[in-house]
Amino acid sequence: MERGPAAIAPQLVSFTEELRSEGVAVGTSEILDAFAAVEEIPWNRREDFREALAATMAKSQEDRRVFELVFDRWLFRAAELEALTQDDGAEGVDGDSTGVDSTGERFDLDELRETIRQAIVEGSDGQMRDLAQLAVAAFGRRGEGSGVVGVDVQRIRRSLGLTPGSTAADGSQEEPELDRDDVRRFEQHLRRELERGLIERTGKLPPSRPLAELDRALPTSPIQDLASVHRSVTQLKRRLATLGNEQRGRRRSRVVDVRRTMRTSLETGGVPLRLRYRPKRPKRPEIYVLCDVSTSVTSASMFFLSVLHALHDSFRKLRSFVFIERISEVTDVFEQERDFRKVSERISRDGGVADVSGYTDYGRVWLEFLGEISADLDPRSTVIVLGDARTNGRDPQPAAFAQLTERAGRTFWLNPEPRLYWNYGDSVMSAYEPHTTRAFECWTTRHLEEFVDVVAGGPGNVN
Amino acid sequence: MDDATDNAPAGGSISGSESIAESRDALARAGYLADEPASLVSHLAQRLGKPVLVEGPAGVGKTELAKALARATGRELIRLQCYEGLDEAKALYEWNYRKQLLRIQAGTTAQASELEPEDGGSRDAEAVMSDIFAEDFLLTRPLLAAIASPQPVVLLIDEIDKTDQEFEAMLLEVLSDFQISIPELGVVEASSMPLVLLTSNDSRELTEALKRRCLYLWLDYPDAEREVEIIRLHEPGIDEALARRLVEVVGMVRELDLKKPPSIAESIDWARALLLLGADQIDAEIFQQTMSIIVKHRTDLDLVAERVGVRLAGAVPGGSAP
Repeated sequence: MERGPAAIAPQLVSFTEELRSEGVAVGTSEILDAFAAVEEIPWNRREDFREALAATMAKSQEDRRVFELVFDRWLFRAAELEALTQDDGAEGVDGDSTGVDSTGERFDLDELRETIRQAIVEGSDGQMRDLAQLAVAAFGRRGEGSGVVGVDVQRIRRSLGLTPGSTAADGSQEEPELDRDDVRRFEQHLRRELERGLIERTGKLPPSRPLAELDRALPTSPIQDLASVHRSVTQLKRRLATLGNEQRGRRRSRVVDVRRTMRTSLETGGVPLRLRYRPKRPKRPEIYVLCDVSTSVTSASMFFLSVLHALHDSFRKLRSFVFIERISEVTDVFEQERDFRKVSERISRDGGVADVSGYTDYGRVWLEFLGEISADLDPRSTVIVLGDARTNGRDPQPAAFAQLTERAGRTFWLNPEPRLYWNYGDSVMSAYEPHTTRAFECWTTRHLEEFVDVVAGGPGNVN
Repeated sequence: MDDATDNAPAGGSISGSESIAESRDALARAGYLADEPASLVSHLAQRLGKPVLVEGPAGVGKTELAKALARATGRELIRLQCYEGLDEAKALYEWNYRKQLLRIQAGTTAQASELEPEDGGSRDAEAVMSDIFAEDFLLTRPLLAAIASPQPVVLLIDEIDKTDQEFEAMLLEVLSDFQISIPELGVVEASSMPLVLLTSNDSRELTEALKRRCLYLWLDYPDAEREVEIIRLHEPGIDEALARRLVEVVGMVRELDLKKPPSIAESIDWARALLLLGADQIDAEIFQQTMSIIVKHRTDLDLVAERVGVRLAGAVPGGSAP
C-alpha cells in the first residue's frame, strides 16, 4: 500500500464529488484538510483512513451516515477498478491475501456453517469477509446461483441456516443467539463478494447508482429535501429577528427618558442640556405554530413537520402545536429530540390528537386553542397555521378563529394545496382567509421562500 | 513535515505525538479512555492545528476530553462556558473603565495643580488618550487569554450551541487565523498555537462557516466493555463482575425513553455509592435505594422503577441459580 498522497489525490477528489452528488456540502477547504489529515495517519488501517476523512468532511450526524454509505461504495468500486485494470485478480485496498480460495475445497457445508456462525458470534469483520468468499464459492459449485445478487444473498443465508435469533442447528452445544445486526453485516459481505464475482465475470463495473431515498431518510414527499427547508427557515429567522428594528429617518420615534435626563442634568447644574432616550428594546418575535397532521394532508404533513423542526432550530420563543380533532402542544418533543425521524415518530405515537374519527375538526381546535392558550397571545405574537382548512363538514367556527387572530399581532395561513383547490369540496378557506394577515399556498420550498419574502419584505403592508 | 507541525509547540509531552496509539496512551495516562475516533481526531487536531468540534449527547465526556487533553499535553486549560447572551466583552476582552477613569483623573489633577498653558494641556490629553488604551488597561477574557498566552494552552469553548449565531461569527476570526483585532490596539496574534475544542449538545444546528473550520468528532455512549474499563479506572476498588452488572443496568436504563439518560459520570457516581454501601450485587432493593443517582427526573424515576426495577427483581433469582 505504498501510495503517496499525490497518487490518492484524484481518487479523493472523485470521492468528494460523489459525496457532493449525494448532498453533503464539502468545500475546497475541507478537501485541503482531508489531504493534510491523510498525510498524518498510517495507511494500512482502513478504520483510521475512514475516520480521518470523516472528521474533515462529514460535519454532522446526518452527513456522517451518508458518508459511510458513500465511502463503502467508493472504496469497493475503486478496488474493483484496480483489479480490473491490473487483471491479475489483485484484491485491492482491503485485500489481505490469506489464500482462503485454495483452502476452500476442504470445507464441507456443515463445517462451513459452524465456522460462519462462530465468526458472526465473534463479530470479527475480517473473518466474515473471508468466509463470505468461501460461502459464495461453495454455493457456486452447487450450481444454484440465480445471477441476481439480492436473491443469491438470501439463498445462501438460508442454506447456511443463518436466521437471527436462532441457535445452533444441532442444538447440542450452548450457542449464543445470533444478533440481527451481525447477520446483516455478514449479508453485506456476501453481497459484496457476489458483486465482485459478477464484475470479474463481466469485466466491467456496474453503473454507480445513487443512494436510495430510503437510505437517506429524508422526508419523501414530492416537495423538497429537509436541507432546503432549513435554509429558507434560517432566512425567515434572520428577517423576523430584525423586523421592526430598523429606524426610518433620524432617531425616529425615540422616547425621552425623563429620569435619566434629569440625572444627567445634574452635571450641568440642573439644566437639561442633553436629552437621554429610552433604549430601544429589540422586538423578540413570539411564534405560535399550529400544524395539521391529519390524513388529508399526509403528504404535506411531512413537509410541515420538517418546517416546524427547522423553525425550532432557529427560534427560542416558539411554541408548536399539532392538531387533528384536538390540539396538543409538542414544543417539548421538539426541544428534546433533534433527530427529525424520532420527532415524527413521537408525535404520531403520543401526540394524542386524534380522538375518534381521525378527521380534522378545525372548529373544535380553535375553541380549544382559544380556551387554553389565547391568554398568552399578545400583539407581539405571530400565529402561523399550517393546514388545508378541510373541516370534513363540521362547523368551521370562523368567529372563534377571528377572535384568535384579533388577539395575536399577525396571523399567517400556509395551505399545502394549490390556490385553485381552495374552497372546493369541504375546504372552508374563504371563511378563514379574511381574518388572516395573509394566506399562502405552500407546497414547495419556493413557496416557503415567497412566504419568507412577504413576511419580512414589507412589515408596512402586512401589519 | 510541513508548517502545521512547526506550529505545534514543543511544550507538551504528546504535542508532537508520532502516532495515534501514542496519543491514545497519553490520554489514558491522563485518565481518559478514548475510543478510536476520539484518539484519531485529537491526534489530527494536534498535528494540523485545527479546532475540533465535539458533538454528542449530554454526559458522554465531551468536556472531560478537553480536560484530559490538557493534562496529557501538560498545557493549561482555559475554559469559556457559553450561554445565551454571551458577548465579546465577556469572551474576548474589555477595557478596564475604572482604571482608565482613575488614570484620567490622576492626569487632570496633576494638570490642574501645575496650571500649564493651553497647548500643553491638549498635548497632555493626547498622551493620556494613547496611554489609557494600552495593554495595561485591558482586561483579558478567555479567548484573548488563550491567544496571548506565551505557553500553548488548551482552549475549551463549552456548549457553543447555547450562544447566538452572532457569537459564532465572532469566533471565526479566532478559530481560523488565531488572532483578535482590537480597534484601539491593532491585531493580537497568537504567540503559541492553542489546541481548541468546541463542544455542542446538538441543541441547534451550528453555522456552516464554523463547521468548515473545525474537525468533527461525534462522541456517543461508550460500548459496555469500554464503560466497564472507565468505571474501573475511576473506581479501582470495584469488583469486575459488579462493574459489568452495573454497566448492563445502566445500558437498560439508557434504552428507555427518558428525559435525561444517565451519563458516564453518573455511572461512576453510582459505582462509588455501591462501594460505599458495600453492595456486592445489584438487586431490586439496592437498585430502588440508589436509583436516584442515575435518574434525575420525577417522571423518569417512575418509568425506570417500573421497567428496570421489575426486571431486576425477576432476574436476580434466575441469574443466581445456575
